Amino acid sequence: MLRTIEGYWDPILWIIAFIIIAIIAYIIRSAGRREHKKGEQAKPYFSGVEIPSDEEIHVSGENIYWGFVESLKGYYSIMKKMHAGRINDYVAWFVGISAILFVAIFIMEVS
Amino acid sequence: MIYNLPFMTVIALIAIGMYAILFRRNLIKIAIGITIVESGVNLFLITLGYRKGGIAPIFTNLPPGTTPEEIPGKMVLPVPQALTLTSIVIGVAVLALILSLAIQIYRNYGTLNAEKVRRLKE
Amino acid sequence: MNLMEHLPALIIAIPLFAAFLTPIIDRFSKKGRDAFVFIFMALTLILVVLLAKDVFDSKVPITYVMGASDPHQTIPTQSAVPIRIILEIDAMSIFMVIISILISFIGLIYSFSHIKEGGGKFYTLFLLMLVGMIGMELTGDLFNLFVFLEILSISSAALIAFEIKRETSFEAAIKYIVISSIAALFVLFAVGLFYGEYNLLNIAAIANAMKFTRIDKIALILLFSAFVMKAGTAPMHMWLPDAYGEAPGAVSMVLIATTQASLYALLRVCFTLYNESLPIIMPATLILLGLASIFIGVTMALVQNDIKRLIAYAAVAEVGYIVLAIGVGLYGFLKSGEIEGYGIKALQGGIFHIFNDVLDVGLMFLVAGGVIYMTKERNMNKLGGLAHSMKYSSILFLIGLAAVAGLPPLNGFASKLMIYESIYKVSPILSIVAILASILMLSIFVKIFQSIFTGPKVIEANEVPKCMLAGMIVIAGLIIFFGLFPEMIVKNLVEPAVNALLNYGEYISAVTGV
Repeated sequence: MLRTIEGYWDPILWIIAFIIIAIIAYIIRSAGRREHKKGEQAKPYFSGVEIPSDEEIHVSGENIYWGFVESLKGYYSIMKKMHAGRINDYVAWFVGISAILFVAIFIMEVS
Repeated sequence: MIYNLPFMTVIALIAIGMYAILFRRNLIKIAIGITIVESGVNLFLITLGYRKGGIAPIFTNLPPGTTPEEIPGKMVLPVPQALTLTSIVIGVAVLALILSLAIQIYRNYGTLNAEKVRRLKE
Repeated sequence: MNLMEHLPALIIAIPLFAAFLTPIIDRFSKKGRDAFVFIFMALTLILVVLLAKDVFDSKVPITYVMGASDPHQTIPTQSAVPIRIILEIDAMSIFMVIISILISFIGLIYSFSHIKEGGGKFYTLFLLMLVGMIGMELTGDLFNLFVFLEILSISSAALIAFEIKRETSFEAAIKYIVISSIAALFVLFAVGLFYGEYNLLNIAAIANAMKFTRIDKIALILLFSAFVMKAGTAPMHMWLPDAYGEAPGAVSMVLIATTQASLYALLRVCFTLYNESLPIIMPATLILLGLASIFIGVTMALVQNDIKRLIAYAAVAEVGYIVLAIGVGLYGFLKSGEIEGYGIKALQGGIFHIFNDVLDVGLMFLVAGGVIYMTKERNMNKLGGLAHSMKYSSILFLIGLAAVAGLPPLNGFASKLMIYESIYKVSPILSIVAILASILMLSIFVKIFQSIFTGPKVIEANEVPKCMLAGMIVIAGLIIFFGLFPEMIVKNLVEPAVNALLNYGEYISAVTGV
């Protein structure tokens, strides 16, 4: 049992709870109708169009989270400018952060 | 004033080297910049090791006229020199590595311009 | 001669000796070379375990003086200050050494399957990288720290460029070595400043003499920014995705451990070298950098298409969690009162997260390395349906995914819970950002899982070789073990480490005797 500030965390307890919930879920599931057989289902309705094969509709890397990236376009264009891959920029960020810290620590000394 | 001259040289060397690293686009010039900064830091270490009137810590090679009583007060601990030697050796290794990588980049990319050597980005 | 007395020196010397012998043995036999490296690495691991036992038993930091007739006499009889190189090991350093050696060992097993050509060079550099890490973590001397930092940088830069057939790896390596050597020069300059002011190089002795003058402030900024950069926090993280993304499979994982060696150096500088005199601006900077790393890391990871680059950005975010927790811990350390208790909890969470980070992200890198090795393809758009042929890898990836996103009951959850709760007490905003980023982290890895493991078979591949699988399974086993028994790890490893950091007086008095 791992004590945190206002409580505790016990993975064993969590697993026991998980198993109990899984059993309950299984009981509820098995209470469902049994006469439904595999293969009986109609094909899913896709606006009346023939469903393309799995290979054609596989969503690959770039297109996942397209909407998220599209809505944050402004942020990502700034980020792309920042990550331009120029070696001088890498050093400039490093030296720049140290310079800011220098200024900050001496302002603290004066005030 | 004259004793501060080495320290000013240190600052000048580091500033020149940093300028080369930050604003020069050629990878070889960046390597040169790193070497200049390193020389500045090495000069700094050596300057710290200077003691006025000190003698080298070699008992068989004392300057003529040194009495045994003044040895503890005058003999200098050669730590900064040892540090500088170590850092020079390390610096050579780093420089060799940077230059060999630069050669390979020139072979593969056909350029040493940092503007163009950026296929890894975003 | 009592060998047990010389454990700290042997732990550095044995891999160093093995490193330079490996190319010679490589001339005669490839199998013999593999066995040789394995045996010496295992020997080092055993010695580390023995040393760890000593350290946890002794309560005070263990010191070892290099080159002295009596390895425990820290201050020579004719002198008033320590002049020799002293290795100093407390619970924090041994915690980091255990991480380094364990991760290198697993990385070595993983590498046996696919490093054939030029293996002699690979293992030499690999062992040198281990020497650099362990040296940084064991040493009690600032200049020695610089030397090991450079050994580490040079060997890791050469390893990043190891896959010479891929031209971009040279670019990553040159970026890494340029920025690391500048950071190392910053450290050397700070060492020079300390030597000029105190005539000392020993960390404990400088901490004892610390007057916090203007020169010390300059040295503090130089050391602080160098180590923070080497740890890979945003916005100084740009070298990290390049380096991690281009390095061969297991090296990416060990590189995480090397950045954590820099984090250890940062902790040493903040908690031991400057301790109470540290200005409050330092924890504030760490908190800001941590937040920036978490945010930039997860958002940039979301738009990557190269598997390893994506995981590397996630690694930036994970470092952000650690740095955030350390910042809050340092804040609690400097301010007394109620905040102190929360600070200690945050620090425990952060230190625990160091171990979890290297395991979780390391497992991701190993699986990604296996996928790249089998398919010769690292672009996620061209991969898909690998779960059909790589069943074990996909299951292991799922375990890593759950751990890195902080899902219960795995280890990532335990440490992140400690971090969330304690930083909430400092400012709720910190917790909110951290938790939101954790959700985004899950979505990032779901992206990899969806695009390379699920879906129809796009690309033909076989299951990864047995050695790779063995390495991955060991890490996954550790992840599950840490997840199920977090209190055991926290009580036996993390709490002594945090106490060693907070009781800086013991570290100082072990050398200076005051």
